Amino acid sequence: MHRELNLVQALNETLDMLLTDDDKVLLLGQDIGKNGGVFRVTENLYHKFGDERVVDTPLSEAGIVGCGIGLALNGLKPIVEIEFFGFIYPALEQILSHLARLRMRTQGKYEVPLIIRAPYGAGVRAPELHSESIEALLFQSPGLKVVIPSNPYDAKGLLTAASEGSDPVIFLEPMRVYRSMRQPVPQHRYTVPLGKANVMKEGKDITVIAWGAMIGNVVKAAEQLEKTQGISLEIVDLRTLYPFDIETIQESVSKTHRAVIVHEAPLTGGVGAELAAVIQERMFGDLKSPVKRITGFDVPVPQFSIEDYYLPSQDRIVHEIEQMLVSLTR
Amino acid sequence: MEQQRLFQILELDGTLRDDSMVINEKLAIEMYKLLVLNRVFDRKLVNMQRKGQIGTYAPFEGQEASQVGSALALSKQDWMFPTYRDHAAMLTFGYEMVKIIWYWMGRIEGCIPPDNRNIMPPYVPIATQIPQAAGAAWASKYKNETACSIAYFGDGATSEGDFHEGLNMASVFKAPVVFFCQNNGYAISVPLSRQTSSETIAQKAIAYNMENVRVDGNDVFAVYVATKNALEAARSGKGPTLIEAVTYRYGAHTTADDPSRYRSIEESESWRPRDPILRLEAYLFKQGMLDKDIQTRIVGEAERLVNDGIKFALTISKPDPTIMFQNVLANKPWNIQEQESNFNSFIERYHHQ
Repeated sequence: MHRELNLVQALNETLDMLLTDDDKVLLLGQDIGKNGGVFRVTENLYHKFGDERVVDTPLSEAGIVGCGIGLALNGLKPIVEIEFFGFIYPALEQILSHLARLRMRTQGKYEVPLIIRAPYGAGVRAPELHSESIEALLFQSPGLKVVIPSNPYDAKGLLTAASEGSDPVIFLEPMRVYRSMRQPVPQHRYTVPLGKANVMKEGKDITVIAWGAMIGNVVKAAEQLEKTQGISLEIVDLRTLYPFDIETIQESVSKTHRAVIVHEAPLTGGVGAELAAVIQERMFGDLKSPVKRITGFDVPVPQFSIEDYYLPSQDRIVHEIEQMLVSLTR
Repeated sequence: MEQQRLFQILELDGTLRDDSMVINEKLAIEMYKLLVLNRVFDRKLVNMQRKGQIGTYAPFEGQEASQVGSALALSKQDWMFPTYRDHAAMLTFGYEMVKIIWYWMGRIEGCIPPDNRNIMPPYVPIATQIPQAAGAAWASKYKNETACSIAYFGDGATSEGDFHEGLNMASVFKAPVVFFCQNNGYAISVPLSRQTSSETIAQKAIAYNMENVRVDGNDVFAVYVATKNALEAARSGKGPTLIEAVTYRYGAHTTADDPSRYRSIEESESWRPRDPILRLEAYLFKQGMLDKDIQTRIVGEAERLVNDGIKFALTISKPDPTIMFQNVLANKPWNIQEQESNFNSFIERYHHQ
């Protein structure tokens, strides 16, 4: 039976399942135990599995990730939570210098199957520095997988797949999606493979590649453009940023001949820059127009009173795509 | 304060400070052999750097007792987290000598842990191994295994956030880990007085309600006993210990460093009478466990072992550059596959033999 779950519930159910199925799995993080996590993703797990397996830690990002690496080296499958993605900086040395490199440094003798979960992105009226989308930092660090689900179904399948693998995974949960949608989610265990994008809407005129909370805006923009302009968008939910699914992108763009990338992180040096480069390198002759990026601006994520103007909204996506088409017909 | 007392067993002249702390003859001789072997090894590696056979090297002369004494206290299932200056500890615990040489030849083969010991490759970013050692120890406890972890680091590391985060986590979760600080007086050029205004490094453990001991790091018996005690405490569920081993690096930070810019030769020479090998030698001679003949044999054997190791290390075949594309992730993603294949075509065209 498929119940409708929101993202928080789907993640909670997945963590519950992973803890149940494998006693090597343990959760570490700030406020994840008694408090059930600041977004309640780990609600009740402390009471069900106890303090040994759902561990409230000190406020210590490098300590949490560093210990997570040690736990994983010594045979466990820790899943750690960083309370907000913007607070991950103290742990970056652990992540970039060790987590991403230990498989290579030991030539596969040691694996570090550590999953780092973090609430990600803007749009929930959070205080300063709680709304970061710095996925490009980790995207450019070989040795990590970077995953961002956009919906409850994918979240369960992707987190399960991450846990079944032996690579370190940065698993980013769009805060704006946490409670904004419900979806049928199977109760049983299933995986959504890492590295595979999802064509969530077929279309013929333009391929739009996005992830996380931007998917919702892109879907609405697509409906509007279809209605008002008769433009048909194909929407690719990238789901795994690293390694990203080049085949699906190529297949889609070779059909539509136009590509737009939408992300909430700043423009310059963002993941969209890499996708645009790859598309033009491989498909230059197929393209009817330059690859377009619709993104956050090259500014620090602003205070929440104006964050809606920073984020690529439905209106801005519609506007930018219209501009793109106007400039082509001129 | 109690924690500032320096724990010693051997006096500088080789007499036992406390007769109850006797180390058996077999172990004492093993310690001596290892101290000598490691000094020979260290000097020969400095020499290899001078000859261009290896890259920049970080010598440890003067710190042999700290490393050998602590590593000998370990059990074979324990986890070692060393830095780039802890080759004596690594060798003592079972890391292959040839791999240490390969490491300094810039070869990935030098990083691969041996089959029968959990020895991590050297940690380069300072103090980052400390929370990881706590985590590995935590896993042993979680699995109800008796293994402990030992993390090596220097005085400079105690100023890093990871030191404090690691000690704090270990102490909160009572992880069976020993934090082994070799206080050799300097972090490259910066002296301890500029590193901390704490009187000792050991006292930093008090803030974490953690056991601590300040030991003469040039007294191999004292280091061995202090580490053994800390490991026993850890194994019996009493949690971590911070050991401060007070020692001195006679030489440069690395072969790329010139210590005369920041300290006098007199200062460095003033540590020679406290030398770890001289002290143990004095003891062994006094006890009749060593004579000139045996000593010559031990030194000769060390020379032979190191020479053989170097000779073998130098026979390694030229590196295959495509090794850089391997083991980045469990399965090679398409982008790395593609880059490797393009690289191979390039090599074939331009470097074809």
